[in-house]
Amino acid sequence: MIDMQDVAYGYGAEPILSDLTLRLAPGSFHFLTGPSGAGKTTLLKLCYAELVPTGGHVSIFGENAAALDRDRIALTRQRIGVVHQDCEFLDHLTVRENIALPLMVAGRHGLGQEANLTELIAWVGLGARAEARPPELSGGERQRAALARAIIMDPDLILADEPTGNVDWEMSLRLLQLLTELNRMGKTVLIATHDLALIRAAKAQVQARVLRLAGGRLSAAGADL
Amino acid sequence: MSLVGDIIALVRGEAQADLVVPRSGQAAKLTVAVSGAMAFLAVFALALSLASGRLADRWSDALAQSSTIRLSAPAAELEAQTWTVLTVLEQTPGVDSARALSDDEQRALLEPWFGPDLPIGDLPVPRLIEVIETSDGYDADGLRQRLAAEAPGAVLDDHTRWRRPLVEAADRLRLLGWLALSLILASTAAMVTLAAQAALASNEQVIRVLRLVGARDSYIARAFVRRFTRRALSGAALGAGLGTIAIALLPRAAADGAFLTGLGFTGAGWLWPAAIPILAAVTAFWATRIAAFRTLKGLR
Repeated sequence: MIDMQDVAYGYGAEPILSDLTLRLAPGSFHFLTGPSGAGKTTLLKLCYAELVPTGGHVSIFGENAAALDRDRIALTRQRIGVVHQDCEFLDHLTVRENIALPLMVAGRHGLGQEANLTELIAWVGLGARAEARPPELSGGERQRAALARAIIMDPDLILADEPTGNVDWEMSLRLLQLLTELNRMGKTVLIATHDLALIRAAKAQVQARVLRLAGGRLSAAGADL
Repeated sequence: MSLVGDIIALVRGEAQADLVVPRSGQAAKLTVAVSGAMAFLAVFALALSLASGRLADRWSDALAQSSTIRLSAPAAELEAQTWTVLTVLEQTPGVDSARALSDDEQRALLEPWFGPDLPIGDLPVPRLIEVIETSDGYDADGLRQRLAAEAPGAVLDDHTRWRRPLVEAADRLRLLGWLALSLILASTAAMVTLAAQAALASNEQVIRVLRLVGARDSYIARAFVRRFTRRALSGAALGAGLGTIAIALLPRAAADGAFLTGLGFTGAGWLWPAAIPILAAVTAFWATRIAAFRTLKGLR
């Protein structure tokens, strides 16, 4: 699904990632942890082709990410659901319209998707907030709306960058539960987080592989996780 | 998405795609206002150009077909030299007809300066002979030489001396009208490009979100292109409509009246202003499309 070989990336002269190798198999569940500034977000961006590696090779769904043209990148992103910590929405649209946005841009909105949309909004617990505008939502509601938007296209891969960074513990567990349910449905999940408690909680629910990113290199996390 | 796809989407409209870009914005209002103002000016430039063209054609056609011979001779010889000149003209290829103006006609010509009671028979007023050419025209130099030999007091005036600068001036005015129209169009394109760039910059977050959820550049560009094209079209339609009304309300005069009163459209020419909104829309379509793709290229 995602295959990185000897990947390097740097924003300046100093590389932030080097000789990094990672493979995300279909249906797997991964945590990516590490200190702030270690390059977790960068690695995620390499996974959905927002960045192109300065060295090595990134393959997304079997295609060389560096060789993807802009249309292919867009089509590839329709198969990847991305949730950011500071999830951005179109503030002039309702929550429902924001969640349906990937369907709209793919030209699939309205093609028998209304029932699925309503069901999904209820599944993430936003049934009562569907007609609200994003600025009216709480942090937890925004994260759930972002998760719903990320999965409305039934993606093969879900990438979440600090999805619980702005929510309380109870909401963190609720989001984690949604993500593990998606993994049980066969979705590949990669969560970047520095919240070790969340990782421990997840390991009780799902078989997750924990990777630590530090000094630009990736390693398996210790047994304490 | 191809250009054809963009045009079809533009005409058909896509309510959902229109949703993704916020409706309000100074750039959008600016587009309507400036398109309207430019279209208003374009109607005048167009009217100026067409009126100049008509004037040039009129001067060119009407005066090119006629010329005048001025015959000065002692009173005793005047009649004989008049006949000589008319005979020469009859024999000159390219002359359709020729006739000497009567005393009454000459008096009428001089009346604005000397009043109605001018005793024209007592004055040494030259005899005027009007010459009408065929469409092929005659050899003016050859005729002058022959007149010099047979009627030394006859002077041929084929109007070229004063007609040419007038026609040239009218042609230049017509050219200036088209140039003004081109500049208005270029200014509209520049303004729409700037407005589109401003709109794209102010909607950076929207574009980022759209790219993140898998929108292709053509989808994003179309949302902006549709909006700006429609606004340019509506603004220009309003401006062109008002401009046409203003032209229609200009004071009228006889067809051969002064130039300014002849500023306007005639016959099917009244349809020309309808082309201005279409031209503005096409300009806005391309200006926004180019600006949008250039901006989007900078994002991954």
